[in-house]
Amino acid sequence: MNRRDFLRTSSVVIVTFTFGRTIAESGLAQDTNLGKPVDPREVDSFLAIHADGTVTIYTSKVDVGTGLNIAMTQMVAEELGIPVDRVSVVEGDTALTPDQGGTGGSTGITRGGTELRQAAATARQALLKLGVNADMTNIGMVAGGKRLDLKVDAKAPLRDPSSYRIVGKPILRPDVPKKCTGTNVFLQDFSVPGMLHGRMIRPPSLGAKLISVDEVSIRGIPDVRVVRIQNFLGVVANDEWAAVRAAKALKTTWSESQTLPGSERLDGFVRATAIERDETIVNRGDPATALPSTAKQLSATYWWPLQSHASLGPSCAVVDFRPEGTTIWTASQGPHGLRANFARVFGIPEDKLRVIFMDGSGSYGSNGNDDAAADALLLSRAAGKPVRVQWMREDEHAWDPKGPPQLLDIRGGLDAENRIAAWETQMWLPANVQGSRPLLAVDDAGIAQPHGRGAGQISQNGDPPYAAPNVKVVVHWLKETPLRLSNLRAPGKIANIFAVESFTDELASAAGIDPLEFRLRGITDPRAIDVIKRATEMIGWESRPSPNSRTQSGSVRVGRGMAYMRYKQMENYVAMAMEVAVDRSSGKINVKRITCAHDCGLVINPDGLRNQIEGCILQTLGRTLHEETTFDRSRVTSVDWKSYPILSFPEVPAVDVALIDRPALPPMGAGEAATAPVAAALANAVFDATGVRLRRVPLKLG
Amino acid sequence: SVDSWDPAQPLLYVLRNGLGLHAVKFGCGLGQCGACTVLIDGKAARSCSTPVAQVGGRAVTTLEGLGTPEKPDKLQAAFIAEQAAQCGYCTNGMIMSAKSLLNQTPNPTSEQVKQGMAGNLCRCGTYTRILSAVLRALKA
Repeated sequence: MNRRDFLRTSSVVIVTFTFGRTIAESGLAQDTNLGKPVDPREVDSFLAIHADGTVTIYTSKVDVGTGLNIAMTQMVAEELGIPVDRVSVVEGDTALTPDQGGTGGSTGITRGGTELRQAAATARQALLKLGVNADMTNIGMVAGGKRLDLKVDAKAPLRDPSSYRIVGKPILRPDVPKKCTGTNVFLQDFSVPGMLHGRMIRPPSLGAKLISVDEVSIRGIPDVRVVRIQNFLGVVANDEWAAVRAAKALKTTWSESQTLPGSERLDGFVRATAIERDETIVNRGDPATALPSTAKQLSATYWWPLQSHASLGPSCAVVDFRPEGTTIWTASQGPHGLRANFARVFGIPEDKLRVIFMDGSGSYGSNGNDDAAADALLLSRAAGKPVRVQWMREDEHAWDPKGPPQLLDIRGGLDAENRIAAWETQMWLPANVQGSRPLLAVDDAGIAQPHGRGAGQISQNGDPPYAAPNVKVVVHWLKETPLRLSNLRAPGKIANIFAVESFTDELASAAGIDPLEFRLRGITDPRAIDVIKRATEMIGWESRPSPNSRTQSGSVRVGRGMAYMRYKQMENYVAMAMEVAVDRSSGKINVKRITCAHDCGLVINPDGLRNQIEGCILQTLGRTLHEETTFDRSRVTSVDWKSYPILSFPEVPAVDVALIDRPALPPMGAGEAATAPVAAALANAVFDATGVRLRRVPLKLG
Repeated sequence: SVDSWDPAQPLLYVLRNGLGLHAVKFGCGLGQCGACTVLIDGKAARSCSTPVAQVGGRAVTTLEGLGTPEKPDKLQAAFIAEQAAQCGYCTNGMIMSAKSLLNQTPNPTSEQVKQGMAGNLCRCGTYTRILSAVLRALKA
């Protein structure tokens, strides 16, 4: 079909187009399965076998662009013994999928995939007894459309990894051809009949109160309705552009407030914040006593700012509020958690609230999607029609819940042989508060709700992974923090490892020992040694102490750095090395090459895994070089891609990834681990190049 | 044909809502991220900040106009072969900007591709694969 199309204009704008396809309303197509079991103890909750020999798998773990979908498909196809192309996936639908928890903490494979695999293994044994042959070619004829009525058997035998034919293969993701041709139905593309478009007018400052709304100001815009519930203010319109224009044009007056400390000297604010309680999370030997008698002593402070999920597409939701049953279409990573929270907050029985996941823009944790759903729900309730809300750019940057600010002090001492004798980490972190994170719309509308706080497991990886007889890690849990928080990819670990692995380098430098050698002297775990050696070999590691003492001409200084960590101290092993060129006159840090060796146990799909690791590395490179949520006393001021830049194309280095497959070991998730060594490897490379130690993110050479 | 009640309406909304062409994505509405990229007379343009009145009489090509999953054009095929997507929200803009770049610079170097696509952001960090895909398309 010829799709070179022409637009013409006269007094009215007329757009002439030829196009063939309308968008399928995929969320609604699943209703034929309503009533299926969702109890995670039941095999039928996870698997449905159809008469044509195809199988549908059901999971609450959602694929937010991570390749989880194909990985889970491979695990089930392998275990059942059917081809991959006969398996399809339904993800994150509270009416259809068992609750395996939300998607986060790299649990998609470790929990989501392994539970599905066990269900498939149980099913296979039952199917063989029912008369399905070993190659499963008659699976549809024998078992199609029937329930197995069977509990998942934790002891059902799994296939021997040495016999794998599907797991471990780089099978292509089914979503990619659609995403490359504009035919994937994103949440942002989804509509239901009668749907209105909504846009929000958020308070100009945190806690501002709405005094008045002048509806006359939008009289020229067709078919717009203003919805006000106390300080909750939105517009709905038949036409999306009308909603966008009206939200912008609507004249409002607010009582402004100044409740924020400002981001300028936030580290000082964090250090001075009242402490709720101290928690000692690692306590080995007695570093306080040992430190003063060590041969060399160092101390340093590291800082990581508040950061945004900064999703490329602003958060979105479609909600059809009806007394007989409400449906929320969302890209939230936790549809079941969203349902439980919304049911409580809005007083809707859980069985009258269905939450359906759809593909959205990458979210990397809890971005604004839950808040957009609350916006759309209130608008739909007020308008009596389904409403789609998509946030504008400034809504997302200003109002998504943020990754926390992190302040760390580390003290350490070396013994006479330049080995780590004592190590002490102190962290200042926002304390958790029980309950769900408050939804913006619900607070604005004056509806009671919990005001919980949490940003994930943010205190992990504060201790060095190297031999040290005396180690203590203390967390000062703080009573206050300026902005709303949530999980942001690899919560807390990126900053903690930035500090720990930078300080390790500082100790190596103080000892006058090559940073690679210094690390290897303190480690015995063979998996750790494998990744460290591999990543450094790949970059052609020059064995010498840092900084680089070689005479360099001109203003450009080159250097190399490395970092290593074991994610959460018990999951993936990742080592990374970087080559940088730093222009001393401009301060520009140019990352030339990154190598990474990655061991996450059994590899399910090596290409999908590489894609995740590459993404982890490049996204975190941007977080390290550029990203900081800034705010004044009233409001967030980093509200677009100019005031909150992320990594851009011209900055992209060459990235080489080596996968170390361990087929006999359990598979671990890989959506986060490779983010964690990035900042330290970069800061260490900059130090090697310039002799300047950068301890604050975003990294800036003064 | 589609009527727009407002000649200042960005092309993005006309394409998505008037014509059901959903490949273009709203990312920022500010021309900063590139997710909404289309070709106007063969050159990349930001549909989020192009008033529909400005495209009268000009040829607009969207990602749907290049190819289909069954019959992708060579850039789309290269993106698929390299699996050059994660969430896929930026993919439309990446392919359309690459198309525009190749229209003007048929044999770009790797550095020219990176510079030529500097206005397209990918939050997932798929840049290296996107670069490989564009370079692969040159050989196709």
